[in-house]
Amino acid sequence: MSERTETAVPAGTAPSEGLPAQSSPVSPAPAGAGHGDPGVGKTSGPGGLWSGDAAESIRRNLGLVGVLVALIVIGVITRPDLYGNMNWVGDNIMSILTLASVVGVVTVGMTFVIIGGGIDLSVGAIVAIAGVWSTTVATQKFGAAGMIFTAVVVATCVGLINGLLISYGRLVPFIATLAMLVAARGLAAEISDKQTQVSGNETINSIASNRILGIPLLVYILAAVVAAGWVLLNRTTFGRRTVAVGGNPEAARLAGINVKRHTLLLYALSGLCCGIAAVMLTAQANSAQAAMANLYELDAIAAAIIGGTLLSGGRGTIIGSLLGVIIFATITNLFAINGLSTEAQNMVKGGIIVAAVLVQQFRFKSVTQLFARNRLTSKS
Amino acid sequence: MTQHDPLRPVRDLSRRRLLLGGAAVGAGALLTACTSNEGEPEDNGQVKAADSSANPNSAPGKKVVIGFSSPAADHGWTAAITKNAEAQAKLYTDVEFKSVAAGADAASQRATLSTLVSQKPDVIVLLPWDGKELNAFGLEAMAAGIPVVNLDRAFPDALAYRLQIKGDNYGMGVSAGRYIGEQMKAKGIANPIIGEIAGMDELELTQERSAGFKAELATFGFKVENRRAARFTADTGQAEASQLLRALPKMDAMWNHDDDQGIGVLAAIKQASRSDFIMVGGAGSKAAIDAIAADNSVLKATVTYSPSMASSAISLARLIAQGRGMSDLVELQVPKEITLASETITKENASTYSKLGF
Repeated sequence: MSERTETAVPAGTAPSEGLPAQSSPVSPAPAGAGHGDPGVGKTSGPGGLWSGDAAESIRRNLGLVGVLVALIVIGVITRPDLYGNMNWVGDNIMSILTLASVVGVVTVGMTFVIIGGGIDLSVGAIVAIAGVWSTTVATQKFGAAGMIFTAVVVATCVGLINGLLISYGRLVPFIATLAMLVAARGLAAEISDKQTQVSGNETINSIASNRILGIPLLVYILAAVVAAGWVLLNRTTFGRRTVAVGGNPEAARLAGINVKRHTLLLYALSGLCCGIAAVMLTAQANSAQAAMANLYELDAIAAAIIGGTLLSGGRGTIIGSLLGVIIFATITNLFAINGLSTEAQNMVKGGIIVAAVLVQQFRFKSVTQLFARNRLTSKS
Repeated sequence: MTQHDPLRPVRDLSRRRLLLGGAAVGAGALLTACTSNEGEPEDNGQVKAADSSANPNSAPGKKVVIGFSSPAADHGWTAAITKNAEAQAKLYTDVEFKSVAAGADAASQRATLSTLVSQKPDVIVLLPWDGKELNAFGLEAMAAGIPVVNLDRAFPDALAYRLQIKGDNYGMGVSAGRYIGEQMKAKGIANPIIGEIAGMDELELTQERSAGFKAELATFGFKVENRRAARFTADTGQAEASQLLRALPKMDAMWNHDDDQGIGVLAAIKQASRSDFIMVGGAGSKAAIDAIAADNSVLKATVTYSPSMASSAISLARLIAQGRGMSDLVELQVPKEITLASETITKENASTYSKLGF
């Protein structure tokens, strides 16, 4: 017992950080019966664990903000001529956010899937099939609304198929979405006849060029999707169930959650995000083609991971994922303004992913040990 | 779907399912109608019609079987290669065209090619995934008595092909560099800031293009200030261009290697409201040539790398199989190597080249 209190102390040492954040996972209690890890639910009495848990993600997000600041400082040091001009700085921040917008929207969906214990390797392919389908000559005749409708519905349907295969077909998510990656890109190539389909619709194209109060419309879309994702994850039963299903599907099922249907909905949600992203990317590139959004699945997974989402599920934050996406966009921007090669940029990105996962493991060592002990003590 | 959440009343679910199902069927019916790409004008400017009065070689001769293989990459240029080859073969009454899928990489292309060889075509036209990796196949087919026409990606071994017809990547860079150099000199800009958006950096052709560009600019005393590598797609072109435009708040000229990714590059320029520089494209797509003719964007020129070479390869393969030469040359047989010149398309000559755009 003495050991247990010892390990619990560091988690509870920052009550000023921990207490306000504690309210977010606990207060929407309706689905409380399905809390992620059964061990957690049983020891929630003292309050030390949940507050430590929440403080952990806040600490991690602060760490990511620190990385972001460091990247900007490197930018200021290496290109003082550019950063000396305030107009340029403003434009550059917007440029970074715009660069992050499409992957950001995809990452919100990906974060839900990963928290729910799955993985979606087909997001890039879904963006491509939705983009291509919505820019065919026949679809473009329906105007901007028809194109957006097509992209969103096609992407959601593909997500639903993923979900059906995984939840009712009992395929491993990795395999099902890998198959979809190949198949959706194939269908996109078939529909587009391997050509780049130019979007002649000015309303669609203006989504990427319009600014409101100096902020690009794409950034507003990203903000709206992130806000919706945050509310859905933290303030609804759907979000709580996602955490429960990802943390321990068997416990979630015993707690009365329809795990299969929930998994199905998670992949449909990821598809929906891809549909929105497809409209944004089509607007940005003024075109769509089967090879578009190449390797977005890796970008989205990497962003979610460095944002603190556990690949094994049951844990993650939307804000962390957003910070992850913005960090990658800032690195791209930093390398571009310094005229450095893409190869060096990719090496740095890889290094950051590894570093983030290493930090994640160190941070979680104490917590997981605690879980293990809790299980033992509650049995005895 | 028999399993349902015990916390929810069943009646509610069934009504919702009915609504959702109805909406899904409606959307499905609407969407399946939306995959059509009919209505796009087809242009067949990239083939040479058989006209036996102008060219005696066009007169039907011995029946020949031409085997063809090209990677089905998701790119306008590669797609145009396959289309052109097919269209050109159709124009000859004495040609039987046998196309085999090239699969996803060099290994699968080699596998499908061996089935092609067993069908004993008179000649094989081949755009390899990688010239080095398929060199052995070229040697093998040539040894078996089937002439191989290598399209664009050279075999290192001279015995591996009967004819090699390819574009000039280094020359493309040189043409782009020369156009930019001359324009800058004409404008009296002594130290121009020049940007470059390359294609996939791991490909040899991208390195050759950049090397030619750099070398030609050096003859003017100019250099590339910032270079970003995109991936031959419009969305990566847009992303890289948006960052290049941030890095160079003032720019005088830019070369973009590929007109397909150029759609995205031009979109990024429009989104950033920039017009302080001139841009040169690459490859010569129809959209780019039209934009140059219209002269309403920063795109002022493009340097060609035309997929019409596939049509020429089929014509020449037919002549090789029939043992005929090129009618304008003295030689009785088709030469062994042809490298297309990279031409510069500007507003002045855009109308001449528009039929070659893909």
